[in-house]
Amino acid sequence: MRRADRTLGVARGLGWFSIGLGVVELLAPRALARGLGLRGQEGLIAGYGAREIATGIGILASRDPTPWIWGRVAGDALDLGTLATGLGRRRGGAGVALAAVAGVTLLDVLCARALSSRRERQPVRSFADRRGMPKTPGQMRGAASDFEVPKDFRIPEALRPWTSAA
Amino acid sequence: MRALVWHGKQDIRCDNVPDPRIEQPRDAIIKVTSCAICGSDLHLYDNFMPGMKNGDIMGHETMGIVEEVGPDCRGLKKGDRVVIPFTIICGDCDQCKRGNFSVCERSNRNKDMADKVFGHTTAGLFGYTHLTGGYPGGQAEYLRVPFADKTHIKVPQSLTDEQVLFLSDIFPTGWQAAVQCDIQPEDTVAIWGCGPVGQMAIRSAILLGARQVIAIDCVPERLSMAAAGGATTINFETESTVERLNELTKGKGPEKCIDCVGLEAHATATLDSIYDRAKQAVMLETDRPHVLREMMYVCRPAGVLSIPGVYGGLVDKIPFGMAMNKGLTFRMGQTHVNRWSDDLLRRIEQGQIDPSFVITHRIGLEQGPEMYKTFRDKLDSCIKVVIRP
Repeated sequence: MRRADRTLGVARGLGWFSIGLGVVELLAPRALARGLGLRGQEGLIAGYGAREIATGIGILASRDPTPWIWGRVAGDALDLGTLATGLGRRRGGAGVALAAVAGVTLLDVLCARALSSRRERQPVRSFADRRGMPKTPGQMRGAASDFEVPKDFRIPEALRPWTSAA
Repeated sequence: MRALVWHGKQDIRCDNVPDPRIEQPRDAIIKVTSCAICGSDLHLYDNFMPGMKNGDIMGHETMGIVEEVGPDCRGLKKGDRVVIPFTIICGDCDQCKRGNFSVCERSNRNKDMADKVFGHTTAGLFGYTHLTGGYPGGQAEYLRVPFADKTHIKVPQSLTDEQVLFLSDIFPTGWQAAVQCDIQPEDTVAIWGCGPVGQMAIRSAILLGARQVIAIDCVPERLSMAAAGGATTINFETESTVERLNELTKGKGPEKCIDCVGLEAHATATLDSIYDRAKQAVMLETDRPHVLREMMYVCRPAGVLSIPGVYGGLVDKIPFGMAMNKGLTFRMGQTHVNRWSDDLLRRIEQGQIDPSFVITHRIGLEQGPEMYKTFRDKLDSCIKVVIRP
């Protein structure tokens, strides 16, 4: 498998992961809040779930997922900040979750950077010399004026109020 | 023979398949000398067009040398050099007699299926969905041409394959798109999509005398080719299409708008496209009609929308009230290739236009599967691929 295909494969995997995590956050915010020591933050967790689902759809639906993967990196930063607030609580697995999110963040950053460099490597050719006509477009304008538009392709006179030719 | 064969979504392979043979008295077999990958092949590649079957041979832009003719194939003989239009025509039905070749009443061998889905059948097409006959296509070493006595364009030896190949589809398609606009000398024509059909539409609009042609896309190399053809360009990723169009038309909007994009509009460029893509993913919509919505919004009241871009099925959230109140005229359809081909061949012979300007890649059949992906993803500055089997 080529490197570019592998990177796209990782991106798609992150897309599905986003959707899966988002569904859990959206459907079970209370259980998550309890487990992570974030009681009272259920609404925020559900909101993060919606964000994860939207990002996941964006990654899977786009031909170039680069901006969406960078979006995931930004979301990771939010997640890390939120989890950090639960660290001081006696009960809850915020520390374990922080480590897991940090790992995923690293993967997101590596994937986003690989996709971005792939984008930058694409050389852009200019086709400014591909006129397709023997003279400049200005000189060729109206060269086919001998063509008579068939009757069934003409726009009715009544629908041409803006032209002096009407 | 070898051919590019559809096996499912994003799965096209170069396979060995049985050679075609004469099946009907008006058939001909041609040895393919050149063929091309078309933008609408990508709708099949991505499986957005219903009615494809595993094993279908792709391709509808084809030319070659007549190898064999059926007993009733008059006017064509072995050795003739022909371009094959993508629409198969009988030449005898009411629609063909009117020049409405793309809705020929007799060439679709799956007429019953098309009658059910479309209400009434349209013409048979090469290398396309079974709704239009499921005829084997021309990305192959040989092609069987039904109704070959009518379904061909004879071309002179003085012109190269690359100069005439696009008479099969993209040149007459871009031309018809412009003709549908009934262009007047004062007109501004805005063209969405600078792929091969968009490039032909730009040059057709210039030749037909449009005062201003504006081309909209986001791929820099395509925009550079559009500018070479005389268009003022808008990169929708870096500027607002609506604002720029209003600016370029003194706030009135273009009189004529052409959609050369069709059902696969850029999925992440706008909110409505993201919405369409999500609905496509859960099969609540088949097409992404962002360009249609934008054209309806920006077009000058009493203007014309010309739609050569291919749509496959159902679209959602079309602001039809806006279109109705603005009195817009819609012109659309597959191309009546043979209606324009004689005139366009003459223009190529006279040197008014050389359609080969659009070619960026030349390959053999074996490279076809990989090139589908390159073309789909707009990699390697790919705009038009010609295959020499």
